[in-house]
Amino acid sequence: MSVAGTVPKPGGAALARRAWAAFVRRREASVLVVAIGLVVYFQAASPLFLTSDNLRNIAQATAPTAIVAVGIVFLLVSGEIDVSVGMVAALAPYLMHYAIDFYGVPAVPAILLALLIAAAVGLVNGLITTRLKVPSFVTTLGMFYLLYGVLLTTSRAYPVAVPEPVKGDLQTWLGAGDWASLCWCLLVVAVFHVVLTRTRWGLHTISAGGNPLGATEAGIRVSRVKVGNFMLVSVFGAFAGLMEAFRINSIDPNIGGGTRITFTAIAAAVIGGTALAGGSGTVIGALLGMFVLAMLQNGFNLIGVSANPFFLIQGIAILVSMIANQYLSRLRRTGRS
Amino acid sequence: MAAFALEVSGVAKRFGALTALRDVNLHVSRGEVLGLLGDNGAGKSTLVKVICGFHRLDSGQILVDGEPVSLRGVDHARSLGIDTVYQDLALVNELSVYHNMFLNREHRMGPLLNNRLMRRLAESHLHAMGVDIPDVTIEAAKLSGGQRQAIAVARSVYSDARILLLDEPLAAMGAKEATIILDLVADLKARGDVAIVIIAHNYAQALQVCDRINILQQGTITFDRPASETSVTELTDLMVAAYRTRRRDETGRA
Ligand SMILES: Nc1ncnc2c1ncn2[C@@H]1O[C@H](COP(=O)(O)OP(=O)(O)OP(=O)(O)O)[C@@H](O)[C@H]1O
Ligand SMILES: [Mg+2]
Repeated sequence: MSVAGTVPKPGGAALARRAWAAFVRRREASVLVVAIGLVVYFQAASPLFLTSDNLRNIAQATAPTAIVAVGIVFLLVSGEIDVSVGMVAALAPYLMHYAIDFYGVPAVPAILLALLIAAAVGLVNGLITTRLKVPSFVTTLGMFYLLYGVLLTTSRAYPVAVPEPVKGDLQTWLGAGDWASLCWCLLVVAVFHVVLTRTRWGLHTISAGGNPLGATEAGIRVSRVKVGNFMLVSVFGAFAGLMEAFRINSIDPNIGGGTRITFTAIAAAVIGGTALAGGSGTVIGALLGMFVLAMLQNGFNLIGVSANPFFLIQGIAILVSMIANQYLSRLRRTGRS
Repeated sequence: MAAFALEVSGVAKRFGALTALRDVNLHVSRGEVLGLLGDNGAGKSTLVKVICGFHRLDSGQILVDGEPVSLRGVDHARSLGIDTVYQDLALVNELSVYHNMFLNREHRMGPLLNNRLMRRLAESHLHAMGVDIPDVTIEAAKLSGGQRQAIAVARSVYSDARILLLDEPLAAMGAKEATIILDLVADLKARGDVAIVIIAHNYAQALQVCDRINILQQGTITFDRPASETSVTELTDLMVAAYRTRRRDETGRA
C-alpha cells in the first residue's frame, strides 16, 4: 500500500492528466484562463488596475451588459438569437419616463410596466419566430428597427432627466449605487446558472436547441421554451437599460449604443463558450466573457493605448475563442473524459 | 369481450399531396405483442407518430381501452399511458445519459432537478436490463449507436407505459443486445398489462417475440395473422411479391 506522499510518479501524472481533462471539459475553461491572464498582465502593466476605483469602473461597464448576456445565453442555447435587445434597453427608460411624467404612474409600477412591455416585445419576437417560422435573426432585426422608430418618434431623440419619483433610494439600488449593478449582475448570474444547469427549464432549453425534433418527440413544447427565452432576454434588456439610465442619471436614446449592448452581450456569450448552434452554453462563461471584454477596454485605456484598436482586439478575441471552443468541444467529444 | 387496449380505426394521414396513411385499422390487447411490418416508406413510423400524439390525424379514430381519444400532443398521449421509442430515438446529444432517460419526466426536489435520484434510477434500470454503460453522466453524444438505442428503449420501458410503441428498436443492435431487448419485451408481455407494438424489418426476430403480425402496405393494413400461422418465408414472399410482379412485367415488356 502506498501512503500519500510516496505516490509513484505515474500516479501523479495520471492525476494531473485527469485534472486537466476535468478542467478542459468545463466550457468556461478557456475564458477563465484568458481572464486570469489579463488580470495578471494589466496589473503588471499598470498598478492602477486593481484599485477599487478602477474595479468599480469595470464592474459598472460590465454588469448591465452581463445581465443581457445571461439572457442571450439562454436564447442561444435554445437555438435562437435576438439582435433587438439593445433597442429594448434604450426604450425601457423612456417607457418608465412616459408612464411617470405623462400618466402619473407611481415609480415602482412604472418600472414594472416597462419590464412588462419588454416581455411583450419578447413574446412578439418569439411568436413570430416559432409560429410563422421566420428565422429569429430576421424577426429581431425587424423588431430592432421597429423599436428604433418608436423610440425616435416618441422621444424626438431628446434625452430627458430621470423622473423625480424614482430619485433617491430606488435610483441608488437600481444602478446608481457604486456596486448596485454588480450586485444585481452577480445575483442574476448565480440564479440563472442554477436555472440552466439544475432545473427543468434549463434542461428543456438545452433540449430545444440541441435536438428540436427529438425534444418535441419527447413531449417538450419547444416553441413555448423558445418564446419564454425571448421574453427573458427582453426583460433583461429592459432591466439593463434602466440600470444604465439610473447610473448616468439621464434617459438618453443612445443608451445601449444602438447595437452595442446586443453585440457585446453576444460576444461575451460566445467568448464564454456558448455555441451559436444551440444546445450548449454557460452563464458563468458569459460573465467571464463580459469581464474579459471590459478588462480589455479598461486595461488598454489605463496603459495608454487608444480606444480605437480595442475593436480589433475584441474581434480577434471572438475569433480565437471560437476556434478554441471548436477545438475543446472536439476534445470533449472524442476524449474519454 | 373486453375492449382492446389500443384500437386504430380508419386512420388517414396526409403530408400535403402525399398520402402516408390511407385507411389503417389495427388493434392490440394487453399482454399482446403486435409486429408491424412493411416496406421502407410504407408509413409505419407515421402511424406510430399518429398514435403517440406527435402527428394530428386527418380522419379516423384512436381508441384507448375502448374510449375514443382525441390526442392533443405527445404529453397528452403519455398521460394516457402511451409511450414511444422513436426511430430517430429522440435523444439530446448535449445531455447526459441519465437526463436523457428522464427527459420531460424529470424527478424534482422543489424547483430543482433531483439529479442524484435520476442518476441512481438510470443506473439501476440499465443494470437490470443488462445494458453495459459504464457511466450515466457522460453525454449521449459519446454513446455508440446500439447504446443510444438501448437508452431510448430503457427510457420507455421504465416509464410505466401501458401502451408501448417501439419503432425499429433493434435496428442498431448487436446479437446480444437484440436478445436483451427481445427478452425485455417478453418480460413485459408476461406481465400481461402492457400492449406492445413493434416495428421491425427482421422477420425472424419479429416472429420470435410477436403474437400477431400486421403488414402495412400503401397506407393500409393488408395482412393480419397470428405469428404462429405464418413464417419467415411467407412474409418474405408477401413483401417482395409486389416487387417481383412489377419487375417481371417490366422485363417482360422490355
Ligand atoms: N414529416 C413529414 N413530412 C412529409 N412527409 C413525410 C413526413 N414523415 C414521413 N413522410 C412521408 O411519409 C411516408 C411514410 O414515411 P414513414 O416514415 O412513416 O415510413 P416507414 O414505414 O417508417 O419507413 P422506414 O421503414 O424506412 O422507417 C414517406 O413517403 C415519407 O416521405
Ligand atoms: Mg420508419
